[in-house]
This record gives sequence, structure tokens and C-alpha cells, in this order.
Amino acid sequence: MSLLSNTLTLLGKELRTEFRSRELLTTTSVFILIVLVLFSFAVTPGTEEARQFAPGLLWLAILFASSLMFQSCFLREQTNDTLSSLRLAVSDPFSIFLAKLIANTLFLLLTELIMLPFFAIFYNIPLWSKLPVLFLVLLVGSLGISIAGTAISAISAQARMRELLLPLLLLPLLTPVLVVSSLVTGNLLDREPIVQWKGIAFLAVFDLVFLTALWLFGEYLLEE
Amino acid sequence: MAKRITLGAVALLLVIASAYASFYIAPQERTMGVIQRIFYFHVASAWAGFTAFLICFIGNLLYVWKRADKYDWLGVSSAEVGLAFTTVVLITGPIWAHPVWGIWWTWDARLTSTFVLWLLYVSYLLLRTLIEEPDRRALLSSLFGIFAFIDVPLVFGAIRWWRTQHPSPVIMGGQGSGLEPTMKAVFFFSVIAMHVFMTFLIVERYILEKTKAEVDILQREVEA
Repeated sequence: MSLLSNTLTLLGKELRTEFRSRELLTTTSVFILIVLVLFSFAVTPGTEEARQFAPGLLWLAILFASSLMFQSCFLREQTNDTLSSLRLAVSDPFSIFLAKLIANTLFLLLTELIMLPFFAIFYNIPLWSKLPVLFLVLLVGSLGISIAGTAISAISAQARMRELLLPLLLLPLLTPVLVVSSLVTGNLLDREPIVQWKGIAFLAVFDLVFLTALWLFGEYLLEE
Repeated sequence: MAKRITLGAVALLLVIASAYASFYIAPQERTMGVIQRIFYFHVASAWAGFTAFLICFIGNLLYVWKRADKYDWLGVSSAEVGLAFTTVVLITGPIWAHPVWGIWWTWDARLTSTFVLWLLYVSYLLLRTLIEEPDRRALLSSLFGIFAFIDVPLVFGAIRWWRTQHPSPVIMGGQGSGLEPTMKAVFFFSVIAMHVFMTFLIVERYILEKTKAEVDILQREVEA
């Protein structure tokens, strides 16, 4: 019970810190927008080819954006030296991770929401009828990215060259998410859309596996 | 010392014997011809590499649990040796693939997941170079090693969604698979030889790591 209330309090803190400045959300959204525009130069947009590549590009953009977004996740606590007080304040350190990963998932979903209209317009892909399932895919995919990302950012924050190290550690770890979510999104946005429930279930399994790992080993990541 | 030399000599003899066996004792494969003989080296190295990563994972878990330096030494030693064997796999694979498939590389499940595995352990070793303090380095890299290892089955599962071109498993495969008895004997002999060789390398690397740690302590004592 205390895990839940601790998590909620910490989540409130994470959201308040971000929405005071909105730094993370604005920079990440602009970053994704830039990536989408740059992609359009790499593949000719409007062609059948671009249509096929688009879902993969979308997820690659999300992945890159997330590896930028998670940088500050634990670094902020470190620069302000608030991590030890956080650890003292909660009974279970897992709630720190839980709050951070929920906040990260929300931020990621928000940027995706901002980006989707641009994506649909730039690559001429009608999304409207597929939105409910697309949201589900974005949710399970982003949750997986956030769980692994939060764990890895706790590691990279304690090392040198941390800005480079985070994507280096995180991106290969997220291969399964990229593979499956771009496939599922691709099938969904096809001219004859198919909902790959097996893929969505696979993403949920990924989330569950990493959440369990974080629950088991999370407290060691925060050791002083 | 005598034990180390004996182990080294046995490993060397076994590797030479398995090379001899794969060239002169194993029968010629009907369709692929002589190039098939790389199979004994390629698959045996792959299995030895995976075993080394399994040892690394066990070392990582034990370090997080017991916090004894020796498990950290075991982790780094087996990760390096596993990486060496995986590199051999990634080099011998294309050598076989080019004459047989007509291409050097294909993005099939086992190739790709082996490559991601290789990348994950490169990241593991890189992470170790970027944390100064020995205890923190040992703990954080162990935790990353654990995350990386549990990621591997997910990576493999995810990539299986794509069509796979790799020859279907001949060992422990489905019906209709299997090796001719002499080939099987040579294959398992090669697997044993590679495992003994891998053990020898890990032991040597472990002793090196241990010596390094001892030198470190002495150096600090002198400076103090």
C-alpha cells in the first residue's frame, strides 16, 4: 500500500518538475519533428516505398528521442543531490523507479501524440480509423522503452561520458521493441490493415520481463 | 602453474584434433562440399560463446548477491572470452554463407540476434571502462550484464517474426533433421574441444584480472 502512495507522490513530483519548465517535452517534440523531416529527404515521401518505411522510421525516431529524454531522469537527482533523500523518504526504492518510469511513459506518449498528426500528413498515411489500436501499440511500446530506459539511465548517470553511454547501452537492449512495434505498426497502417495481437502481446511480455527485473534489481542500481 | 599449463596443453591438443577430425574424418557433405566443414568450427564456437555468456550471467548474479570481487573477475573474463568466440562466429558465418547462399550477410533471426548479443556485450565492456571506482563498476556492470542476458531470448523471439534464412537446426531440430553419425561424433568432439579451450581462456583471463586487482591495491598502498 505504501508502495502505491509513495509512487503517486513521487509521480506528482516528477510531473510538477517537468510541467513547470516543459523543457523535456518541447525539446523532444522538436527533435522528433526534425528527425521526421530529415527522414523525408532520405526516402522520397509519398511513394509506396516511403509508406513501407514510415512505421520503422517512426519507431526509430521515438527510440532516439527516448534516449535523449531519459538523460535527465537520474541526472537531475544527482546534480541537485536529492537521490539520497529520495531513498530515505520511501520505504521501497522500487517506487522511485515506478514513478520515474510512469512519468517517462507519459512524456513519451505526449510527444508521440504531438508528432502523430505531422507523421500522418508528411507521409500521407490515414490514421484516423486505426487510432485506438495504434494508441495501444504506442502504449505498450513506450512502456517497454521507458522501463528499460529508466533502469539504464540509473546506470549511465553514474558513469563518465554518460550522454553517449545511455544510447549505447539502451538501444541494443531495445531491439525487440523496435522490431516488433514497427512490424505491428506497419501491418496496422497497411492498405489492408491487420492487427497483430501476437505482437502486442509480445511487447507486453517484454514490459513484464523488464519490470520484474527492475523490481528485483532496482534497489542495487541506487546504492551509494 | 602446472595445472594451468596442463589445461592449456589439453585445450590446444583438443582443438588441433578437432580441426583434424573436421577435415579428414568427417565425411564430405553431399551438396555443399568442402565448405560445410567450417560448420564444426562455426557452431562449436557459437556454443562455447553462449556458454561463456551464461557463465558471465551467473558471475553477474553472484556478484550482486555476494559482493565478492572474484565474481566480478569471472564476469569480465567470461564476457571477453564469449565476445571473442562470438566474433569468430560472426566471421566464419559469412565465409560459409557466401558460397552457399551467395551473399555474405542476411538479416535472419540467428545472425541478427547473435550480432545484437555481440553488441550488448561490447556495451558491457565499454561501460566497465567508463566507471572508475571498482565496487561501483562491478555492481553496475553486473546489473547491466543481467539486463543484457535476459534481453537475448527476447531479441531472438522478436526477430523470429521475420522470415528466417538460416539452415534449420540440425542439432535438436525437428523431424527430418539430424547429422550422419560420423559427422555427429566429430561435431560433438569439436564442441567439447571448444569448451575446454574456452575454459582455459577464461581461467587465464581471470588470473590476469585478479593480478590486476592485486597490483591496484599495492599501488594504492604505496601512494598512501
